[in-house]
Amino acid sequence: MASRTLIEINKITKVFRSLDGADVLALEDVSLDVGLSEFVSIVGPSGCGKSTLLRLVAGLTGPTEGRILIDGDEVTEPRRDIGMVFQAPTLLPWANILKNVLFPLKVLHRLTADSENRARELLKLVGLGEFEKKMPSELSGGMQQRAAICRALIPEPKILLMDEPFGALDALTREEMSLELQRIWTERPTTIIFVTHSVPEAVLLSDKVCVMSSRPGHVKEVIEIPLARPRSYSLETEQEFQNISQRIRKHIFENQTSARRIGAA
Amino acid sequence: MPRRIEQIWHHSRGVILPAAAVILLGLLWEASVHIFSIPVYLLPAPSVIWVDFISKADLVYGHTTATVNTILGGFLLSIAISFPLAVMIASSAVVANTIYPLLVLTQSIPKVALAPILVVALGAGEMPRVIVTFLVAFFPLVTSLATGLLAVPKDLIELSRSYRGTWWQEMWLIRLPWSVPFLFNGLKLAITFAVVGATVGEFVAADKGLGYQIMAATSFFNTSVAFGALVILSLLGIVLFQAVAIIERVLFPWSSPQE
Repeated sequence: MASRTLIEINKITKVFRSLDGADVLALEDVSLDVGLSEFVSIVGPSGCGKSTLLRLVAGLTGPTEGRILIDGDEVTEPRRDIGMVFQAPTLLPWANILKNVLFPLKVLHRLTADSENRARELLKLVGLGEFEKKMPSELSGGMQQRAAICRALIPEPKILLMDEPFGALDALTREEMSLELQRIWTERPTTIIFVTHSVPEAVLLSDKVCVMSSRPGHVKEVIEIPLARPRSYSLETEQEFQNISQRIRKHIFENQTSARRIGAA
Repeated sequence: MPRRIEQIWHHSRGVILPAAAVILLGLLWEASVHIFSIPVYLLPAPSVIWVDFISKADLVYGHTTATVNTILGGFLLSIAISFPLAVMIASSAVVANTIYPLLVLTQSIPKVALAPILVVALGAGEMPRVIVTFLVAFFPLVTSLATGLLAVPKDLIELSRSYRGTWWQEMWLIRLPWSVPFLFNGLKLAITFAVVGATVGEFVAADKGLGYQIMAATSFFNTSVAFGALVILSLLGIVLFQAVAIIERVLFPWSSPQE
């Protein structure tokens, strides 16, 4: 996967002012390159600034120091060629599934005669072909999240930012959804930054896993995943998969013990 | 067969039980008035209220329409003013901090005391009554709607912003639809308060309307007519409340609290 760099995160530092007036260092000197059509996961403990990093790439907030380049252009405001998927499906409760999928096109003023057909195609791709007329409340959590993925895909974004998209799902649905995502990504290659808590999920899906540590969030190591695709969870028993998982866990675990030591001191 | 009766009972007890309670209370009232020989100007029996009120049916109709006009006038004015106010409150913390104390102030003024002053200022027409109705009714509508506009999940707002959605799109495509359940909560409160407001307005300055009829009837100790007007006012409150609830269920089925 030696492709040209699409997203260049360059020495990003982000400071938040908390409600009590103190400055909180959320991200410190974070750098990461993401290639075109590459699948990159960000793994780390809670509070390591993973979501902040995604929001920075999306242009929803600005960095305190450093800069982010997409296709060589500095990100200063939201770009219309980025799709986002959140932990909660956040569908519009008053609109049916089809209308929910079409929502971005409506905001972008890009609704055309063909839009509905493309939305139906996407819904079919994620196995929701027969549910276009259903309301979100009539669908299970996993199905709602599939619809949210379709919604992110319909404007044909160059980049897909996914913030723990399967975090609210039960373990079985979660595995199923990650395999589904791999299939969708194989059929329609897109550059994806995928934030997750799950090490096996990150290893299974990614070309590259970026392990972060918390307080302040910074990059511990970026690990290439050389496993052949398509991958399945049966790989979990294999030595290489376990070695990589172990390496990721070591970074996270190491960080937690050091944090505890600092807390105790 | 007993099973069938059980089913019917199960489905209709929500109607049968309260209806039975009302009928029982009415009979108790009727009986007490006769047994204790309570004078009619103190507490008329339901049967007397019914007879006296029916004999004035054409008058009652005129008074009822006058009151309904005042209620709806004040209610519609509340909607017209609450929407921009709520949008302004939801859009800017500065505006919210400026407007909210003023809104609370309007609520702390006793409306009954304000009504005669409004009559002096606005003349004896429909206007002071509609204004009083509005002042009583609009507050819950503004607060509910503003709460709804601000209750939108952050993710949805970011979704819209990530596509560079404009302020108008955010308001029109996300915030306003999201507020619909809150809006109807406010509308239900507002229509109920509007009945109170209209009655207060008619107490102070009116030559027609159910509130006026109560004042006029009681000043002649015509208590049965006053009671009749009271019953109509209560029924109006229930009917208008249900009308709002039905509009919500028909137009916004996803918003209804059921299911």
